[in-house]
Amino acid sequence: MNRRSELMLRRRIVDLMFKGFCITVTVLALVALAAILWTLLARGVGGLDLDVFVRATPAPNSHGGLANAIIGSVVMCLIGMLIATVVGVLAGTWLAEYGQGSPYGSVVRFLNDVLLSAPSILVGLFVYEVLVAPFHGFSAVAGGCALAMIAAPVITRTTEDVLRLQPSMLRESGTALGAPMALVIREVLWRSARGGIVTGGLLAFARISGETAPLLFTSLSNQFFELNPLKPMANLPVVIFQYALSPYDDWRRLAWVGALLIAATVLGVTIVARIIAREQHRP
Amino acid sequence: MSDVSPFIPTSAPKGRPRGSRLSSLFEGLCFAAATALVAALGGLLVALFIGGWPTLRKFGVGFLTTSTWNPVTEIYGAAGPLVGTLVTSAVSLVFALPVAAGVAFFLTELCPDRLRRPIGTAVELLAGIPSIVYGMWGLFVLAPLFARHVEIPLMAAAPPGSLWDKLTTGIPNGSGILMASVILAIMILPFMAATLRDLLLSVPPAVRESAYGLGATTKEVVLSVTLPYIRSGAIGAVMLGLGRALGETMAVTFVIGNSHDFPASMFASGSTIASTIANEFTEASSPAHFSALIALGLVLFVITFTVLALARLLLGLQEKHA
Repeated sequence: MNRRSELMLRRRIVDLMFKGFCITVTVLALVALAAILWTLLARGVGGLDLDVFVRATPAPNSHGGLANAIIGSVVMCLIGMLIATVVGVLAGTWLAEYGQGSPYGSVVRFLNDVLLSAPSILVGLFVYEVLVAPFHGFSAVAGGCALAMIAAPVITRTTEDVLRLQPSMLRESGTALGAPMALVIREVLWRSARGGIVTGGLLAFARISGETAPLLFTSLSNQFFELNPLKPMANLPVVIFQYALSPYDDWRRLAWVGALLIAATVLGVTIVARIIAREQHRP
Repeated sequence: MSDVSPFIPTSAPKGRPRGSRLSSLFEGLCFAAATALVAALGGLLVALFIGGWPTLRKFGVGFLTTSTWNPVTEIYGAAGPLVGTLVTSAVSLVFALPVAAGVAFFLTELCPDRLRRPIGTAVELLAGIPSIVYGMWGLFVLAPLFARHVEIPLMAAAPPGSLWDKLTTGIPNGSGILMASVILAIMILPFMAATLRDLLLSVPPAVRESAYGLGATTKEVVLSVTLPYIRSGAIGAVMLGLGRALGETMAVTFVIGNSHDFPASMFASGSTIASTIANEFTEASSPAHFSALIALGLVLFVITFTVLALARLLLGLQEKHA
């Protein structure tokens, strides 16, 4: 009896210690992450004014904004998303509808997973070698292609996942009406999976909008307004990187503003994606 | 749609059914897109190999085992960045794994219902914050605090001559290998916690409930029942976190100190493969320097590919056992 209660006591104590550990690390993690958000707000909001959105990046120790970098980021993300959506949705469709059981299908799935978690800086190196070095010039198009290579695997993966969730009765009923497979996919499956595919696209967009490494050697950056996508274009992540490591207070202030803008964009897009995903689950 | 003809055709169909050509065109397009992804990865490998070949041919295995990195004399050895990459990733995993697991356990077993959604969402959202933000925060906020409250006490407490003393020599200025590991840990933490929580939630309630019904404590349920249940997925999650840490560029570049020397201690400045490429690529002047950086990229590719493939293999083995 005595030994039994001793054992019970020991189990209780161990359990309490375990619970204490879990609670402590959760609090620690939340504190660290809250500190990051707090720093962003505290240092970023102060510098946020209209000039940030209408003026180009300044020379050291003078007043300016981030307008050219914001435009550049938008242009590159659009190029990237355009390519990535087409490739990703079609590739995801192939994986889910045509190649699901085939050996090549599993190869594609495996390599897509690798690409999904491949270091983004290597994507930058690759695009540099293929699109920048041969044409002797950094460009927004090259930057967009690098971003597309990062976004496409995300879209492929989510597209495949949502399509597989569609009941096979949808496919069968479409086929029973005499519709060819392509039509069933486009008019029935894509439609019913639309919410999931859009969510995947938004998540991919959130992922690439803060990517810095692949843009360092593909789009480079630019002090001035540039709308020609074949020229180096400023973009938020690279400008933040350069300005944060500069010795000028003005530039560092702008870097924090830029970091706040990027983080706000990413968080906003992710929240919208979650809301869409939840709406999909409801009916 | 006009292509959807009535199921019973009025006249006997001639040749191929309507829409079949379109259908095979569409299938071809989808196939091409899937192949484009494979080609992208293959092209990546080939491009890195071609670009890095001059360096690999010149230095051979010595490229991996020497630590001289001198663009002036054109002698390149990758040991410094290579060890920096491996050490920072491993140490960050040691820091992040217990915390991520603790957070996931808290969210699935201990958290009051009302807090579960907000905390879970917060963790997921933070997993998406760009790494450059983590890097800036590390450099400007955490590094000074870390130097004063962690590095200096650690240094002072080290018994002279011990391994501890050796690992803590250097300038405690808040940048270096240890600091980079800490930032990496904070960066991969939300991702790993969110993945582990999802896995724990996939455990059938009956499994957990029966363990509780036998009188098991929370600790026993988690460590002996639910965690073993998701073992394979958990290994995958950890491997993915490791993959992120290995290839992370921006967060590390801010705080590692960027020195090519073989890191002598945890406080010493160092570099990782990714941070070296990020810092030098646009400034590389000679073809040999370019080639050396691309060869570094190839090394990183091989390491991350191995980690990911290993994760897959382990997962496959586990699934067969189950």
